[in-house]
Amino acid sequence: MAKSDSLLTVNDIHTYYGDSYVLQGLSLEVASGQIATLLGRNGMGKTTLIRSVAGLTPPRRGTISFKGKSLAGYAPYRISQLGLALVPQGRRIFSALTVRENLLVPTSKLAGRKGQGNGQRGRWNLTTVMEEFPQLAERAAQSGGSLSGGEQQMLAIGRALMANPDLILMDEPSEGLAPVLVTQFGEIMQSIREQGHSILLVEQNFGLAMDVADYVYVITSGRIAYHATPKELEEETEVLDQHLGI
Amino acid sequence: MNWILQALNGFSLGALLFLLASGFTLTFGLLRVVSMAHGMYYLLGGYIGLSVVWFTGNFWLALLAGGSSIAILNYFVNRYLIRRTGENHLAQVLLTVGVVLILADIALTIWGGDSLSLPPPAFARGPIELPGNIFYPKYRFLLIVFGAIIGAVLWIFYRKTQIGAIVRAGVEDREMVNAMGINIDRLFTLVFALAAFLAGMSGVAGGAFLSLYPGAEWEILVLALVVVIVGGLGSLEGAMVGSVIVGLVDAYARWLLPEFSHFAVFAPMAVLLLFRPQGLFGKEA
Repeated sequence: MAKSDSLLTVNDIHTYYGDSYVLQGLSLEVASGQIATLLGRNGMGKTTLIRSVAGLTPPRRGTISFKGKSLAGYAPYRISQLGLALVPQGRRIFSALTVRENLLVPTSKLAGRKGQGNGQRGRWNLTTVMEEFPQLAERAAQSGGSLSGGEQQMLAIGRALMANPDLILMDEPSEGLAPVLVTQFGEIMQSIREQGHSILLVEQNFGLAMDVADYVYVITSGRIAYHATPKELEEETEVLDQHLGI
Repeated sequence: MNWILQALNGFSLGALLFLLASGFTLTFGLLRVVSMAHGMYYLLGGYIGLSVVWFTGNFWLALLAGGSSIAILNYFVNRYLIRRTGENHLAQVLLTVGVVLILADIALTIWGGDSLSLPPPAFARGPIELPGNIFYPKYRFLLIVFGAIIGAVLWIFYRKTQIGAIVRAGVEDREMVNAMGINIDRLFTLVFALAAFLAGMSGVAGGAFLSLYPGAEWEILVLALVVVIVGGLGSLEGAMVGSVIVGLVDAYARWLLPEFSHFAVFAPMAVLLLFRPQGLFGKEA
């Protein structure tokens, strides 16, 4: 992969979730302007990796650096302020807030960003996000909890974009979505990459992951078992069979 | 005529209860902290305000001093005591009851065991004439106005501003708000300070018509608890409606059923709990 321009570097991290030893020396990199995908079965530590990077479950050992800065000891809100946004598993929309209020949360002055959502630095604001997701514009005054699964996923992605982040962590955005929507979200991710954002995508959906990825990591039992470009991985039938059951 | 006077009595007690219970319910809802110290905050705030009035004669300064001293006290109680209990509500109840006992004894030493009344400011003394030839104590009437203003300000802040939306988001999913770049712990500490400020201030406001005496901390706490339970834990709108209900029930019960007045406010609560255990505006658990 493009070693030259690494945005996120995860180096030999060991993370515990409660008492269980989940990530057992995992390393990976996300290059600037690329989509890196982490593929793996359930319970292999995918979400724990996302939580480790976001600072929600910091690793006990190993280092994570983002834009050349070590994240050790950083609270989640400070990591976010460095330019990292999260599209969490299960979407975690604020159901009591309206769609509009959901989108504005990350633009608060409290988040070290500029305020009302429009006219802030970077491409994304209330207007452009609603242009990208017209369904959100239609439902701007509705509560987040009243949206369908697909709309909630759009809101989760839109909410992440509002922070104009350099890197977006996406944890199984295809979960629970109809196949048509999965294809649509694949296109959305590629368009986000074209806008200059990098993505670390965690997926179980093999097709989606292979479609959008510039580089693929395969995780088994808290370690990277294999990594390659999607093209190379497609030919590794043994890897696919052993680690992904395909 | 008496009906209207009792309604005014109900609304003025309701206004006072709202000042106390709004912060109380937000503390429950936002921070998931069950603090029994809120009644003591009321009484102590009232005593401190009383001393300020004695020394300076300035009622506004008394409101400010009563509120801010309690906000500061609460910061230390929260930071060094309540934080250690984590999510253990039983421990929080026991701990804060202990805090009340200590503070109550300190207050007894300083202000004595007599019932003390805080003199209202000069402009609020005497009666006010309302339409329909009704004469009503001016102070209690102004308290209704004051409660309504504070209620409106809190509601606009909570429902209509971006920071209010973040607080509501934090009630739902604290971790996600943190992951969006917002120091949610600091924000909640500020909300907790605001709640304590309101409690201390309500003691100053209440001291001018209910008077201050040892034991008042529990009486007012019980009423505030009823408000919070009727309105629904964590709901600001619930605190508004619940305060008015409890105030009115109390006023009419004192007039119509004086022999039952001590527990009249519990009757609507018991009935409501049968049919709507989460309270009027509460979310189902």
